[in-house]
Amino acid sequence: MIEIKDLHKSYKMGSNSLHVLKGINFSVEEGELVAIMGSSGSGKSTLLNILGMLDVLDEGSYTLDGVPIKDLNETKAAQYRNKFLGFVFQSFNLINYKSAMENVALPLYYQKVGRKERQEKALKYLEQVGLREWADHLPSELSGGQKQRVAIARAMAAEPKVLLADEPTGALDSTTSYEVMDLIQKINDAGNTILIVTHEPDIADMCKRIVHLKDGVIVEDKKITQVRASQYV
Amino acid sequence: MFSRDNWKEIFETIQKNKLRTFLSGFTVALGILIFVVLFGMGNGLVNTFNEFFGEDATNVLYVFPGRTTVPYKGYKSNRTIEFDNSDLVDINKNFAMFVEYSTPRISRGGLVKYKNESNNYTTRAVGPAHQYAEKTIMMKGRFINEQDIKNKTKYVVIGRLVEQDLFGNNNAVGEYIDVAGSAFMVIGVFQDDGGDNEERLIYMPYTTRQLIEKNNDKIDQIIVAFKPEIGYAGAMALDLSLNRFFKEKKYISPDDQNGVFIRNVADQLKQNQQFARVLQIIVALVAFGTIIAGIIGISNIMVFVVKERTKELGIRKALGATPKSVIGSILLESVFITTISGFFGMLLGIFILNSMGEKLKDYFITNPYIDITMAISATLVLILFGAIAGYIPAKRAAEIKPIEALRDE
Repeated sequence: MIEIKDLHKSYKMGSNSLHVLKGINFSVEEGELVAIMGSSGSGKSTLLNILGMLDVLDEGSYTLDGVPIKDLNETKAAQYRNKFLGFVFQSFNLINYKSAMENVALPLYYQKVGRKERQEKALKYLEQVGLREWADHLPSELSGGQKQRVAIARAMAAEPKVLLADEPTGALDSTTSYEVMDLIQKINDAGNTILIVTHEPDIADMCKRIVHLKDGVIVEDKKITQVRASQYV
Repeated sequence: MFSRDNWKEIFETIQKNKLRTFLSGFTVALGILIFVVLFGMGNGLVNTFNEFFGEDATNVLYVFPGRTTVPYKGYKSNRTIEFDNSDLVDINKNFAMFVEYSTPRISRGGLVKYKNESNNYTTRAVGPAHQYAEKTIMMKGRFINEQDIKNKTKYVVIGRLVEQDLFGNNNAVGEYIDVAGSAFMVIGVFQDDGGDNEERLIYMPYTTRQLIEKNNDKIDQIIVAFKPEIGYAGAMALDLSLNRFFKEKKYISPDDQNGVFIRNVADQLKQNQQFARVLQIIVALVAFGTIIAGIIGISNIMVFVVKERTKELGIRKALGATPKSVIGSILLESVFITTISGFFGMLLGIFILNSMGEKLKDYFITNPYIDITMAISATLVLILFGAIAGYIPAKRAAEIKPIEALRDE
């Protein structure tokens, strides 16, 4: 599903440049649930952003579902993001003047799905995250966990190939975190490929594979036995 | 780009961001409103101006006799100059090329009576052409004609207000009135746009006046209308040659400035027109400034709007919005708001102007108005610049990488 070879990325900081990713080789199969771990500054978010086409790579190659991702202009990148990827952010990033349902329906709007179908699909995905009765509420009327669940429903609505989550539980307490992880595990059980960036070991243990990043290189890549989040909920 | 779905999305955004909508709408509406009202008032000023100076014919020279101040050819100074009928004939003979018509005018005051009503009015003894010089409009009956001049008829043409004063609601035509002791028949009633004083005048044949005054041939002043096609330069030349002609005929020294006076309406008109033009330029400058201020205002708001939406745009881009759709939605939203509020401001301005009418006449503003084409073009200019001003930050926002936009807290 995801194939990365010899990936380099640096950021220019004034006159000196900061080498963040120093040759990453990494691949993800369909249906995997991968945790990318590392201390702050290890390059894990940069990696996720490049995977999400939110940022561009300097060197190396990136293939997503058989499509080489390179030299994308913004329009093409936007179309690929819309088609291939779903995002879940630490700070939820819901549009604050749109209701839960409208937020979930937004990626479908950019897929040019008709209004009625958008609403039906949005309600369906809200149902899946258990928030159907909150469909008409604004993000400001929802709790943190609910917001993240809306964000997950939004990411799923476009039926992406890969779901990318950047510290999805970073802003949540542990009970809510486990609820969100339970949801993510269920989505994974349904066959979806998911990548999670986290620095919390208990969250990483709920994935099926852990990739450790340190100073821009992968230091460890191991498959683990998944801890089910449902037992904590 | 203009599908129903896009519009729905834009309407929702507009509805849910009331402050933003209000700010940009208010700026544009206010800009256009001020522009329309200012421009209209400027036109009102010009209207007043034209009303003051534009009521009489403009191709006219008034020639007055004066009193000499320089001794010349054996005549002492301080001699009173008088015009008589031969001067009229000479003008028509010598200046036939230039002169369209000419008429004498002899003004006298006097008590006018009809039955029990009486009042003092100015009587002007004139020729038939006087009707054109003063743009006298006949309401009833007729003006004095050549036949009256020849036969020295005792006919008068009275102003609308004279009729009102003396006859009330009755018809004056055919009635006899007493003018300074002689009976005259009223043959016509006129109105004049020059104001109330102009409508309290009484006209009679100048020959009749001369007959009453011991059958002399004296004339107070001569009104000479030149052919419009000779233009301003021709009028000035005629002015000069009339001056020379009268000085020679009446034995006035060429250096004497007081022997004969010529009031040249063309010259005055030119000055007045220049003044009106300056007024119009000032008004146009102020209006232009308002539009510039409006453009700057809407530009600022668009920058603010895009800045405020940076994060939202980042989210939208992460969800698959293309740069084109980002720019498109910002522009459509701004053009929609500026169009609606621009035309609202314009209509409000026009309404205000219309409701002013004559109320500000004391401040020299009469019937303020704005040319509808002008108002619409100004509105369109503001909308266009609003769109351009919105396009630049929108394009920049669309080019920001979503990751940077999302980082923007």
